[in-house]
Amino acid sequence: MLVYIVKRLLLLPLLLLVFSVIAFILIQAPPGDFVTSYVAELAASGSSMDRLQIDALRELYGLDRPGYVQYFKWLSRILQGDLGISLDFQKPISELIGQRLLLTVILGLSTFLFTFAVALPIGTISATRQYSFFDYFFTVFNYVGVATPTFMTALILMWLAFSKLGITITGLFSPEYADAAWSFGRVVDLGKHVWLPMVILGLDGTARLARILRANLLDELNKPYMEMARAKGMPEWRLIIKYPVRLAINPLVSSLGWYLPLIFSGSLIVATVLNLPTIGPLLLRSLISQDMFLAGSIVLSYFGLAVIGTLLSDVLLAWLDPRIRMEES
Amino acid sequence: MNTNAILSVRNLKTRFTMDEGTTKAVDGVSFDVAPGQVVGIVGESGCGKSVTIKSILRIVQKPGEVVGGEILFRPQRHGENGTDFVDLAKLDGRGKEMRTIRGNDIALIPQEPMAALSPVHTIGNQLVEAVQLHRKINKRQAEEIAIERMKEVGVPSPEERMSAYSWELSGGLRQRVMIAMALLCSPRLLIADEPTTAIDVTTQAQVLNLLRGLQKNHDMAIIFITHDLGVIAQVADDVVVMYLGRVMETGPVDDIFHNPLHPYTKALLGSIPSIHTTSREPLPTIEGSIPHPFNRPAGCPFFPRCAAYMPGKCDRQTPKLERIGEHQSVSCFLHHEVAEEI
Repeated sequence: MLVYIVKRLLLLPLLLLVFSVIAFILIQAPPGDFVTSYVAELAASGSSMDRLQIDALRELYGLDRPGYVQYFKWLSRILQGDLGISLDFQKPISELIGQRLLLTVILGLSTFLFTFAVALPIGTISATRQYSFFDYFFTVFNYVGVATPTFMTALILMWLAFSKLGITITGLFSPEYADAAWSFGRVVDLGKHVWLPMVILGLDGTARLARILRANLLDELNKPYMEMARAKGMPEWRLIIKYPVRLAINPLVSSLGWYLPLIFSGSLIVATVLNLPTIGPLLLRSLISQDMFLAGSIVLSYFGLAVIGTLLSDVLLAWLDPRIRMEES
Repeated sequence: MNTNAILSVRNLKTRFTMDEGTTKAVDGVSFDVAPGQVVGIVGESGCGKSVTIKSILRIVQKPGEVVGGEILFRPQRHGENGTDFVDLAKLDGRGKEMRTIRGNDIALIPQEPMAALSPVHTIGNQLVEAVQLHRKINKRQAEEIAIERMKEVGVPSPEERMSAYSWELSGGLRQRVMIAMALLCSPRLLIADEPTTAIDVTTQAQVLNLLRGLQKNHDMAIIFITHDLGVIAQVADDVVVMYLGRVMETGPVDDIFHNPLHPYTKALLGSIPSIHTTSREPLPTIEGSIPHPFNRPAGCPFFPRCAAYMPGKCDRQTPKLERIGEHQSVSCFLHHEVAEEI
């Protein structure tokens, strides 16, 4: 088990290196650069720059050099722990995304826990009481959950909360805590705000996971080990949770590999709609203004989160299923 | 009814109600099991032998349901005065009373040990659980019992097996683990559901010998289900021959083999290959095939395939299981005139 985890961890830097190349190519892909869009922005607001000024700006940021030189300069700075400076905000990038990254992870993990905490009982009861009212109700509920875009759910809930209850439910903090330093009060405030984005982001995943679990469980419920456990004299609910649910969870856990990264990066639109201080909206803005170093850092941190998510799911699966553990060692 | 019996199944009826129709999987089965006796239930696939034992254990799942009859069982070893029977058919299959009997007084050896063991739990975990469900003892003590039982059934180095998984064991070893599991709480009645079908012939013989030995040492009764008459001849004291959910004939194994009364029993015995028959001669088979459960024939279920079919009699009335001679009972109009009341 330990060997397995270490092996996976050793692979991590290599993966991130490959991803850094991809991230860089992706950012360079759109035509023009930061200066081009900066000039365009200036032109739109009525002012302008002369040719010399523009070239000086390009030289300052190294934008006149070939792509690979820019990449290696960027990479060597990252390896030294320096993410560079946002061209748009004129601030160190680590300062810009540090807290947002933390909030993204907090939101992502709570969404993930919410998803499992809700999907597990729904899927289990739907399968064990197949074709009951409960089952039909959640079948419909799940289809609606899968079919409704999350940002739409966010918009509807925002509108409902505002028009019926008169409260605004955007952001992750109350105004007084928004820019404050971390304190106990701020954590409590975050707890008060995080549940709504968590529910909105988690609905879709919950619906999917509950469907998958129901189908898996229906396969498991007729297996001979169920009969054996009954013949031992085990109470029905205890045996359902110990054996078939445990076995039906395995495919679910392997789906974490893609689900966790999806929560981290997929929250972009919802985060923008709900005005959440996560890295999603920042990525959107940096892409529009072609703030390449900022965008690169964000994309790279998304990759990092994806890799960590996959690693987590692999470790969890190996821990849950001895067959996988044996195979690997 | 045998007053000495520890289990007396009386007119048991189990049905499966589905949209397509109702299947009478078990349709009035009766037999007794005396203490320390091995009763073999034999019949083709789909004759209701598995449903019969699931009904006794009360683990028939929906849409199946025990709808009639009695399953009289004597759980206690003491006070065997014939009055302390519990009718399992009247208990709630999932209720506490039934659950304390299941796995404790009546244990099951399943058909496929591989599928009956969870692949993600250790052997030890599943054994300890079976003990702790019925005995208020700690994990350490439960482990000791589990290791003790594995030793008894001939599992080599049982301490190591405790942390092994089912897929790490051979087929024969897995079946031994299942037998050890069944013995954990020293049951009065062991139900073996075709315990030798999933393993090869040499291991089969070992498992049969083992079961025979254990039965003597623990003074257990065994219900042994199989479609293999050869196995029945080796292990059983009494035989119950089933066809389409009904008992055709029952009696001591010697009587059934040497003096079969029912045409179905005769046909079954006739289709066993013998070393004395001349080679290249086709093996006798039973004509036709088992009717679909939704299209059960009226009257005797076997009459469409019966060599001694009496038109106007066998297709009109269903013969009752009646005692003929000292020990044997048969449900056939060739031997008596008693019909089931409708």
